[in-house]
Amino acid sequence: MQALTNRAQEVSRKPMTFMERLYIPSILKGMAITFSHIFKKQPTIRYPEQKREFSPVFRGLHVLNRDEEGRERCTACGLCAVACPAEAITMEAAEREVGQENLYREEKYAAKYEINMLRCIFCGLCEEACPKDAIYLSETFAPANFTRTGFIYGKDHLLIPNPVTEPEAYAAAKGQRN
Amino acid sequence: MTLLAVDWLLIIEKLVLIAIIVFASLGIALYTTFAERKVAAVLQDRPGPNRAGPFGLLQPFADGLKLIMKEEIIPTSSNKALFVLGPGLAMTAALMTCSVIPWSSHIEIFDRKIDLQIADINIGILYIFGVVSMGVYGMMIGGWASNNKFSLMAALRGASQAISYELAMGLSLIAVLMLSGSLSLKTIVDGQMAAGSYWNIVYQPLGFIIFFVCALAECNRTPFDLPEAENELNFGYHQEYSSMKLGFYLFSEYINMIMSSAVMASLYFGGFDIPFLDESTLAPNIAAIIGVAALLTKIAIFIFVFMWIRWTVPRFRYDQLMNLGWKTMIPLALFNMLVTGALILLKAGV
Repeated sequence: MQALTNRAQEVSRKPMTFMERLYIPSILKGMAITFSHIFKKQPTIRYPEQKREFSPVFRGLHVLNRDEEGRERCTACGLCAVACPAEAITMEAAEREVGQENLYREEKYAAKYEINMLRCIFCGLCEEACPKDAIYLSETFAPANFTRTGFIYGKDHLLIPNPVTEPEAYAAAKGQRN
Repeated sequence: MTLLAVDWLLIIEKLVLIAIIVFASLGIALYTTFAERKVAAVLQDRPGPNRAGPFGLLQPFADGLKLIMKEEIIPTSSNKALFVLGPGLAMTAALMTCSVIPWSSHIEIFDRKIDLQIADINIGILYIFGVVSMGVYGMMIGGWASNNKFSLMAALRGASQAISYELAMGLSLIAVLMLSGSLSLKTIVDGQMAAGSYWNIVYQPLGFIIFFVCALAECNRTPFDLPEAENELNFGYHQEYSSMKLGFYLFSEYINMIMSSAVMASLYFGGFDIPFLDESTLAPNIAAIIGVAALLTKIAIFIFVFMWIRWTVPRFRYDQLMNLGWKTMIPLALFNMLVTGALILLKAGV
C-alpha cells in the first residue's frame, strides 16, 4: 500500500532493549522537550486588548451601505432575504415621502431591516444577491450578548454612519472594503 | 516563667510556630495551584491565568471563593458522617506532616533559643510515614462513603497504590537511616550540614530516585494519578464531592506535594543547608532566616519538577503501575540497601 505521507512508519514488534525498558532516558528526553517550550513564543492573542488581523475578504458583521451623499442604498427589494440560506433577514418596505430625498436614494426604502446574528452563517450570499450594493459583510464580528433578542440587529446597528456628516466614523465602519 | 512546673513560654512559642507553619503551608498550597496552572501553561506555549489581578495573582482567591460559594451536595445514599469525615481526614493528615520538618536552625529572641521545628521527636521520619498512611484513609473513606462504584474503585486503587509504593519508599529510606544513624529529621539534616560531609544525594543517588518516584505515587501525581483517571473513573474518589469538601481534597494533594518536597529536601538535599557556606560564621538569627529561604527554594524547585513531570509524562496503566512498584522499585530499593550496608561496613573496616 502506498503511504499517504512520508511520515508513515513500520510498526515494530521487537522486544524493548534494556535501555528502553528503563524508561528514564525517554522520560528525560520528553522533559527536555517540554522544558524547551518554556522559551518558545506564545501564539496567544490576548483578545480584548489585542485583536487578530483579519484578511480583507473576511466575512463578518453586515453593514447597510450609504452612497456618497449619505443616502441609504437599500430599496427593500428582498433579494437578500431570498438568497439567505439561513433565513436570517427580515425587512419591511416603505415608500419615500416628499422631502426625504436626502435620506433614501430611491422611491422605496427599508423601514425595518433586521438580521438575526444567531441564525446568520456569514456566507455572504446577501452581499452577492444585492443589486444596489447596499449590504456587505465587514471585518468585525458580533460581540457577545446576554439575551437572544440582543442578537437581532436592526437598522440602528447595521446602518453605516453618514459619510457627509460623520466621515471618520464612516471610514472606520467601512474598513478596507471598497 | 514556670507555673505548675510547665514552661508556658514554650507552649506559646510552639503554638505561634504551629499557626505560622499551618497558615504558611495553606498559603503556599494556594499559590501552588496557581503555579501549577502557570507551569502547565508555559510548558504548553500558553499564557495561563492572567486576568484576576496583576499577572493573574489573585486567581487562587477567585478559585477558592468559587469553591466556597458552590452548593454543598451530600448524596442521599451516602454515609453522611463518613462523607464529611473523608476530606477532613485527608486535610488533617496532610497538614500534620509539617510538624517534624526542621524549617531552619534556631532563632534567638531575648536570650531565648527557639527551634524552628514544631517537634524534634526522635522517630520523626517514622511519624511522617505514619501520618502519610493516614492520608490514605481520607481517600478510602471518601470513596467508600460516596456510595458510587467509580469512587469506590478509585479509592481501592489509591489505597493499593499507596501501600505498594510506601514499601519501596521505606526501603529506600532505610539506606539514608543507615548513613545518618538516626530517625530524627533534625539529626539527619545536621549530619548533612556538618563540615566535611556532603548531602545524602551524593551517597544515595539511586535511593533518591526511588524515593522521588514513590513520592510522586504517594501524592497521586501524574504519572501515578490513577485514583483520578478521568477516562476510566470519571473523577475518581472525589466524584461526588462538591464545594469546599472537594476543595479540601484538591488542596490536601497540594499540601502533600509541599510536604513531600520538604521531606525530600531534608533527607537528600541537606534541608536548610546552603551549599558552600559555613552557617556557623553567621549570626544565628540571620543564619536561620537564610536557612528558611534555602529550604523554601529547594521545596519550590521540587514542586516545579513535580509539575514539570505532570505535564510531560502520560499516566501509567494500572498493571504497569503495580509492576513498576513491586517488580522494579522494591528489588531496586533492596539492592540499594544491601550495597549501602556493605559499603558502610567496608568503610568501618569490619
